[in-house]
Amino acid sequence: MSIYLNKDSRIIVQGMTGGMGSKHTALMLDAGTNIVGGVNARKAGTTVELGGQELPVFGTVKEAMAETGADVSVVFVPPAFTKDACIEAVDAGIGLLVVITEGVPVQDTAEVWSYLQGKPTRMIGPNCPGIITPGESLAGITPHTIAGKGPIGLVSKSGTLTYQMMYELKDFGFSTAIGIGGDPIVGTTHIDALAAFEADPETRAIVMIGEIGGDAEERAAAYIKEHVTKPVVGYVAGFTAPEGKTMGHAGAIVSGSSGTAAAKKEALEAVGVKVGKTPSETADLMREILSS
Amino acid sequence: MDLMEYQAKELFAKHGVPVTLGIVATTPEEARAAAEQLGVVVVKAQVKAGGRGKAGGVKLARTPDEAFEHATAILGMTIKDLPVHRVLIAPAASIEEEYYFSFLLDRANRRYLCIASVEGGVEIEEVAKTNPDAVKQIPVDPGSGVDEEKARAIVEEAGFPAALTDQAVAMVQALWRVFVDEDATLVEVNPLARLEGDVLEALDGKVSLDDNADFRHQDHAVFEMKEETDPLEAQAKEKGLNYVKLDGEVGIIGNGAGLVMSTLDVVAYAGERHGGVKPANFLDIGGGANAQVMADGLDVILGDDQVKAVFVNVFGGITACDEVANGIKGALEILGDHATKPLVVRLDGNNVDKGRAILEELGHPLVTQVDTMDGAADRAAELAQA
Repeated sequence: MSIYLNKDSRIIVQGMTGGMGSKHTALMLDAGTNIVGGVNARKAGTTVELGGQELPVFGTVKEAMAETGADVSVVFVPPAFTKDACIEAVDAGIGLLVVITEGVPVQDTAEVWSYLQGKPTRMIGPNCPGIITPGESLAGITPHTIAGKGPIGLVSKSGTLTYQMMYELKDFGFSTAIGIGGDPIVGTTHIDALAAFEADPETRAIVMIGEIGGDAEERAAAYIKEHVTKPVVGYVAGFTAPEGKTMGHAGAIVSGSSGTAAAKKEALEAVGVKVGKTPSETADLMREILSS
Repeated sequence: MDLMEYQAKELFAKHGVPVTLGIVATTPEEARAAAEQLGVVVVKAQVKAGGRGKAGGVKLARTPDEAFEHATAILGMTIKDLPVHRVLIAPAASIEEEYYFSFLLDRANRRYLCIASVEGGVEIEEVAKTNPDAVKQIPVDPGSGVDEEKARAIVEEAGFPAALTDQAVAMVQALWRVFVDEDATLVEVNPLARLEGDVLEALDGKVSLDDNADFRHQDHAVFEMKEETDPLEAQAKEKGLNYVKLDGEVGIIGNGAGLVMSTLDVVAYAGERHGGVKPANFLDIGGGANAQVMADGLDVILGDDQVKAVFVNVFGGITACDEVANGIKGALEILGDHATKPLVVRLDGNNVDKGRAILEELGHPLVTQVDTMDGAADRAAELAQA
């Protein structure tokens, strides 16, 4: 088992013919992912050879899904076109939409999020490394060589910290590792991933990686207290980051939290989550839990 | 990007929000000339920080000479570490009541929020604490936005006086246009004032723009204040590097914002054991750490006189460590004699053995390799203390 993504996932790539798209499609294939095609309106009907495989290019997501039975789309299109690409995929009824693109205007993401309410699509990202279920499937850019299958579920705002943590715990391995992205609005939150890992029989313990800003970690802490029985280990980056130049009073009024690393650590520890000071200390805390 | 008050007001005017622009002055003489034109004025420090009034950065001037004096004092001030380079000379208004209004991103609920209070003014945070019912929070759906009907509902819920209803409805729609048409993440008016004769006007304005949307707002480039930017930050920006100058001795280069932030923490902890040295900067070189990017990054960091040692912390994910090692090697060749400070390098991940071998073979006298992030941070802090 795993969350959101497994060996049966059939994946298409929006933006497969671009630089990032073709490079990472090859790497996803390398990870054993079942890529069934790509989407590019201008190259519909052609094929692309990547990683020794001939992949069909479709004009629309809808067509690609009808022809291939795809249920996951990974988006690599440039920021200016990301909103339209997402809405197209939502309209086609894609199950999982993984948006890798960095630099998407936040109002575009907000519109997509509003648009997919009540529809069957789960969005991950934008501005994220995507999701990997080691040994089964990779929808994104996480290097599949870092760690194999195992009992740890990982959810993180940051890409490279995900890689670092997978590397530190590679002797145990991961059920699924998901990078939710660091943008102000993301499709899948820490809480969504925590709920999914809690329900996944293969996940024994969870690592949650946060960053300064917003109050997602504080809300995750409240959720853990009520709903998560599996052990959770946390890490928050940015203890020594200078206070951001916040403007006006509105942010403080809304979140009711300062968004500092210290506040996040405190909130997590208050609900019994062990929080490491550094990535390696965090890995040690997880090692203790899994070895006991 | 955060805008200054006068820039925010320009955007307000563009979208039909009632506002008086005033005149921007950079010298006391200009302030006097502006006051001669405008009459009784308020001299307002233009910095990207709140609490300007409390810091003494906002003063009423009844005569041009008073405007000159206040401008002299304010232009020499520093508010929350920000030097004041400009003042806004705004005609004094006779205020009957002060309200608060904003549109902003509601991260937690993944939509927008309108916050409005008729008990507004500068103490809005205090009001929010002591009398939260007086501060209305009204969700706005990003899909449907704010049309006239929604604007009317907002005005009603906020409880604006009946005499101002129509003006307020028009203003809410105008502020909404500022928010969506300019790709803002915050549009705030505080105070929103009822002036003599029941006239509604935005007396102050704060706007934060979404940098990710710059590609569709070429006109926003004028808002960038080159002289307000740290020279090293400006140099880094020119090279396309994500760099923030801090006050410390250990230069930091890493890949990925999260890992770099984590590196700052680890160095600060190590610094506690080594005379309190601190990280000197945040520098994220992103995914592709080729020689030129590495050289540009090192060049910026070595330009910081405070830096005593540099910590290069790279986890090879997509980028292989041998590419990074070759990047460091190439950077040292490009920099030549400019490279003068010790470099502690920690490589891990993809092709780590090849990467470490390349640096070992190079045998550069300034380069030390350490296997772990914690160990490397400790070594860098130690070298920075010496």
